[in-house]
Amino acid sequence: MAVTEQEILAGLGKIVNEITGIPASEVTPEKSFVDDLDIDSLSMVEIAVAAQDEFGAEIPDDQLKHLKTVKDVVNFIQN
Amino acid sequence: MKLPAGAPGAKVLAFGHYQPANVVTNDDLAKIIETNDEWIQSRVGIKERRFAGPEESEVDLAVQAGGKALAASGLDAADIDLVIVATCTPEAPIPNLAGRVSHRLGIASPGAYDLNAACAGFCYALASASDSIRAGSAKNVLVIGTEKLTQWIDINDRATSVIFADGAGAAVVVPSDTPAIGPVVWGSAGDKADAIMIKDRSSSLHQEGQTVFRWATTALHPVAKEACDRAGVAPADLAAFVPHQANLRIIEAIARKLGADKAVVARDIVLAGNTSAASIPLALSRMIEQGEVPSGGLALLLGFGAGLTYASQVIEIP
Repeated sequence: MAVTEQEILAGLGKIVNEITGIPASEVTPEKSFVDDLDIDSLSMVEIAVAAQDEFGAEIPDDQLKHLKTVKDVVNFIQN
Repeated sequence: MKLPAGAPGAKVLAFGHYQPANVVTNDDLAKIIETNDEWIQSRVGIKERRFAGPEESEVDLAVQAGGKALAASGLDAADIDLVIVATCTPEAPIPNLAGRVSHRLGIASPGAYDLNAACAGFCYALASASDSIRAGSAKNVLVIGTEKLTQWIDINDRATSVIFADGAGAAVVVPSDTPAIGPVVWGSAGDKADAIMIKDRSSSLHQEGQTVFRWATTALHPVAKEACDRAGVAPADLAAFVPHQANLRIIEAIARKLGADKAVVARDIVLAGNTSAASIPLALSRMIEQGEVPSGGLALLLGFGAGLTYASQVIEIP
């Protein structure tokens, strides 16, 4: 069964919280990781690795740099 | 044909370390390049590092650290019959460093070779020293990690120039009736060789930071755990965890996944930067000197770096 957008968003919020301490409620689709959430490139790698463990979708480094917003990551995982 | 009996085990008798006098703070670097203290500390955890000047070579650094380890061991130079120098930043590849270092330390005619496994070099060299003693190829071995990374760094490349630094650390390894250097777990990932490289003789060191960070935070804690398993040691029983001092965030991520709850974790990078093959003996030597770790306790070493190479083993702290 495919994972829904809402489920990915909730999972991503939990991951971001565990790695950066940012409340999961702030991880909303329109937020930019760098500009709005102040997450740096190394934390993004940690988030990508944790998302891979959680959802089974690998996000390579050359793709990761193009994923600017929470919605970008959700879409990438879903597709 | 006959073979020597060798020794039942090997142990580190003493460590020694040396850093150049010139302290370079993050604020010092911010005067030269576009960076700042907050950025450096949050990304890599470094507050200051040491740079060797033109008057001080990687051989000089090695002689200082090796001499201190030798003095602390109580052995004479004449007792050493093998010298292994782990380095990846010699100014020139010929002649090797080990012969010159041995000569300067008054070690007359030892086996002498350099070993390049980059930031994993010290763990590779320690394993080679232990195996040589156990096989009867050597009696007492001087192992040195020495790096003058600054001679291969472009100061304007802030992805490397704020991280890498100069220094040396050394260990005197001798026979032991009981095992005090555990089996090494070593390996490599040549498919990622491009991630850390000096392309040619006119190039500076280049690092793909994110690729290395991802690899280091995902592939290495199983290696460290396997080194514990093969030595028959539970991570919870370790007194110290001394990973290569690459980046404080890598160190803390691996330590968290390892579950070495009682271990003092080396955070020498804060004051030393990344000194590649020198970082592990430099960190552990300083922890011993400052009384942070107990003599006779177990330390887990984990080296990793360009190649990509990695190696890990448990040792008894002298």
